[in-house]
Amino acid sequence: MKEEKSLIRKIFRRVYWENLSTILILIGVFMLLQPFAMWMFTYSFIVILVGTIGFIITSHFPD
Amino acid sequence: MSVKKKFKGLSDKAVGWLFIGPTVLLLLAINIYPLVYAIKMSFTNFYANKIGREPQFVGLKNYIKVLNKEAIWEKMQVTASFMFWTLLLQAIIGLGLALLLNRKFKGNELLTTLIVLPMMLSPAVVGVFWTYLYNPQVGLFNYVVNFFYDLGSFDMIGSSTLAPWAIVIVDTWMWTPFTMLICLAGLRSVPNYLYEAAEVDRASKWQQFIYITLPSVLPFLLLALLFRGIENFKMFDMVVELTSGGPGSATELASINLKREAFEKWKTGYSSAFAVILFVTIFGFGNVYVKVMNKIKER
Repeated sequence: MKEEKSLIRKIFRRVYWENLSTILILIGVFMLLQPFAMWMFTYSFIVILVGTIGFIITSHFPD
Repeated sequence: MSVKKKFKGLSDKAVGWLFIGPTVLLLLAINIYPLVYAIKMSFTNFYANKIGREPQFVGLKNYIKVLNKEAIWEKMQVTASFMFWTLLLQAIIGLGLALLLNRKFKGNELLTTLIVLPMMLSPAVVGVFWTYLYNPQVGLFNYVVNFFYDLGSFDMIGSSTLAPWAIVIVDTWMWTPFTMLICLAGLRSVPNYLYEAAEVDRASKWQQFIYITLPSVLPFLLLALLFRGIENFKMFDMVVELTSGGPGSATELASINLKREAFEKWKTGYSSAFAVILFVTIFGFGNVYVKVMNKIKER
């Protein structure tokens, strides 16, 4: 039980998930503002939204 | 019962709520309510000028429309180009000025005050007086350019190739002091013994800059640029006063286009969806900003 708890803690470490969300936000912003492909612009909002919601959730994860 | 007696029994928490209550109420009324209302409207086909017409729920239709419209994509590129050049120039000039003002010389304080002045002006005021400065007949800008390099008469605001540069120059002029101030704070936080140790190790001035100054000031510069990035992404007032998004749509930033869709074409539902997209982007940016700021605080 204790091992399981520590495994969950290891998986849901704030640093990794918060960084992942930040990267998603930055990718989304790049997709929104880039001049290369229309499809990237189309999907940019969903990427930013996932990143932002992810950031709000993961910033509450334990250190 | 006297007022003193009435409030005597209040706990610290209750007193705290009493103090922040009006602010919370005000925030709810002028920030949260319009935001929730705009989100709600973004799922409808509401037109604010069609009084009496019931808005109908259209699901994600407005969002799909905005994200598949090539014209909006073009406005985003105009915004991106504006952001890229302003941030680049503000980073280079701001850091350069900070390095200059970090040295001790006569008139340092006066020069700092003069450099910081543009930042204190209202963007609308800046827009109006730069319109005069850019005037091809009587403007000072044309005179100065022609003094150094004879280009003849040219219209910074009237030309579709020069107008984007016109807004970049004005924003850089206005906001470089901000970047400079943040960089200056970073430079002043570098302990002197690091430079003394570098001198002992016979490090050149260039090596001291690369290995001590730049790594110390970089987080501060990044913070300033992130803040300016957020501000420039939603830039509106200064550009409206200066070019109104023209000529054509050469300087029509995303926020100006949003205003046109909402208050000239009256597509309220559609423009609400556009506004929500911009809001989520800025909110995401804001999260990154807070993260960088916390990292700086930890240092």
